[in-house]
Amino acid sequence: MNEPILKIEDLTFSYPVEEGEPRVVLNGVDLDIEPGTFVAVLGHNGSGKSTLAKHLNAILLPSGGKVYVSGMDTADEALLLDIRRTVGMVFQNPDNQIVANVVEEDCAFGPENLGVPPDEIRERVDRALKAVGMYHFKDHAPHLLSGGQKQRIAIAGVLAMEPRCVVLDEPTAMLDPIGRREVMETIKALNRDSGVTVVLITHHMDEAAQADRLVVMSGGKIVSDGAPKEVFQRVEELKTTGLTVPETVRLCYELRQEGLDLPLDTLSDEECAQTLYQLLQR
Amino acid sequence: MALKDITLGQYFPGDTILHRLDPRTKILMVVFYIVALFVARNALGYALMGVVLTAAIQVSRVGFKAIRRGMKPVYIIIVFTAVLNVLYTPGQGEPLVTFWIFTIYYEGIRTAIFMVLRITMLISCTFLLTYTTSPIMLTDALERLLGPLKKIKVPVHELAMMMSIALRFIPILIEETDKIMAAQKARGADFETGNLIQKAKALIPLLVPLFISAFRRADELAVAMECRCYHGGEGRTRLRQLKYQGRDIWALCLGFGLCVSVFLLNHLGVF
Repeated sequence: MNEPILKIEDLTFSYPVEEGEPRVVLNGVDLDIEPGTFVAVLGHNGSGKSTLAKHLNAILLPSGGKVYVSGMDTADEALLLDIRRTVGMVFQNPDNQIVANVVEEDCAFGPENLGVPPDEIRERVDRALKAVGMYHFKDHAPHLLSGGQKQRIAIAGVLAMEPRCVVLDEPTAMLDPIGRREVMETIKALNRDSGVTVVLITHHMDEAAQADRLVVMSGGKIVSDGAPKEVFQRVEELKTTGLTVPETVRLCYELRQEGLDLPLDTLSDEECAQTLYQLLQR
Repeated sequence: MALKDITLGQYFPGDTILHRLDPRTKILMVVFYIVALFVARNALGYALMGVVLTAAIQVSRVGFKAIRRGMKPVYIIIVFTAVLNVLYTPGQGEPLVTFWIFTIYYEGIRTAIFMVLRITMLISCTFLLTYTTSPIMLTDALERLLGPLKKIKVPVHELAMMMSIALRFIPILIEETDKIMAAQKARGADFETGNLIQKAKALIPLLVPLFISAFRRADELAVAMECRCYHGGEGRTRLRQLKYQGRDIWALCLGFGLCVSVFLLNHLGVF
């Protein structure tokens, strides 16, 4: 088995509060992420999922426990640049993470900071923009693009640093349905074609369902961890954390409650339709 | 409020020789041009400056219209300067007109005309620079040109970075201002009527949310930049390398030549 690219050991984190007890956001998180996987972290607001994301490339440092990126301890300041070039980060608001006035200049920002020679920057920028399907926009001004396009530029900007892992913190939260689909397609292609490890923080069930592995967080702890099909079968358990399951699973669940014999692993519309079709055939 | 009229740093993409010149050359040429403007003392000198500027505008293909549009906000200043110069320049010869407390001399009119020409040409040539050079090239060029100042601890890289980020966020903040204005208008805010003080007061519900949002953006941008390994100018490379070409040397010679010719023309005793 490969060495995990991200290794989180008994991570706790609390924000200091001026008066009284510090507010505990993460409370003993253990998580290993294998290279090349697509992991979704699901949780409602305040579950600690964004705080967890910020620990993955040393924006926040643990109050207790350890986080290792490719074996590097994030608390070691001397390794900061190496950690950040290994784990790239994409945030919610595309406008607030694009630095330059021209798409390709923005994409070059990361490699420029790493001191990559100009010829190689050129290659990396072109490759990254092609990977997100924004190559023909390279001379455009970012503020004239749509939200989904801007978010793809932000992803390209991270890719140009050639990270082994990309963490996306609710990248689709501010986008319209078209933008969301564009970004999800880009993320999946990234994982499939380039073998980049993807950690997707989200509260959308349908996005989480597309991952290889699903980690559900609640109250600063991991409450469920497994393949989406398994996790979503624990309908009651998810309900207690304030989350709902995808519509298709819910339909089968309700029918099961009524005494019909249906499996709960129907994540896509097609699967669900197929299951119902087979039921009716019987 | 005409927020969309701001032409600050507006760039007209193109592929003329003026667009292709190295931005550093262009900045230096503007400097030469301004020096020449201040050296010029007679009509011949100003005529030469005018011809050079007209030729440059023609070559750049941005059109006189764009330049005129950019000049609009400074018309008042130009007129004001002209009037002051006409009225207050003392002259040796016979006064042309005398009325009330003012006396107008030939020198006054001459200085006024030259002053107007000087300001107009000065502003036009800087506009020509920003019209033919993308903001990112400009900040890049400034960073390079001011590079030697790093030795005396001037934070040149940081200043250039601040400039380019400011330019990047101008359209975003303008859009946001429009949005907040619409939202406050929907709640009954009135930005148009009232005297100056009332209008200024009406801006408070606009400025407070705008500032809060700007600070939040700044914070998020800083984190995003750190995530992309930004750690100052040290050891940083650039995608676009600025390289002087043959044409840049010619252009610089031209700029220098202009200064010298204007200086020589001063000594021709015409007008």
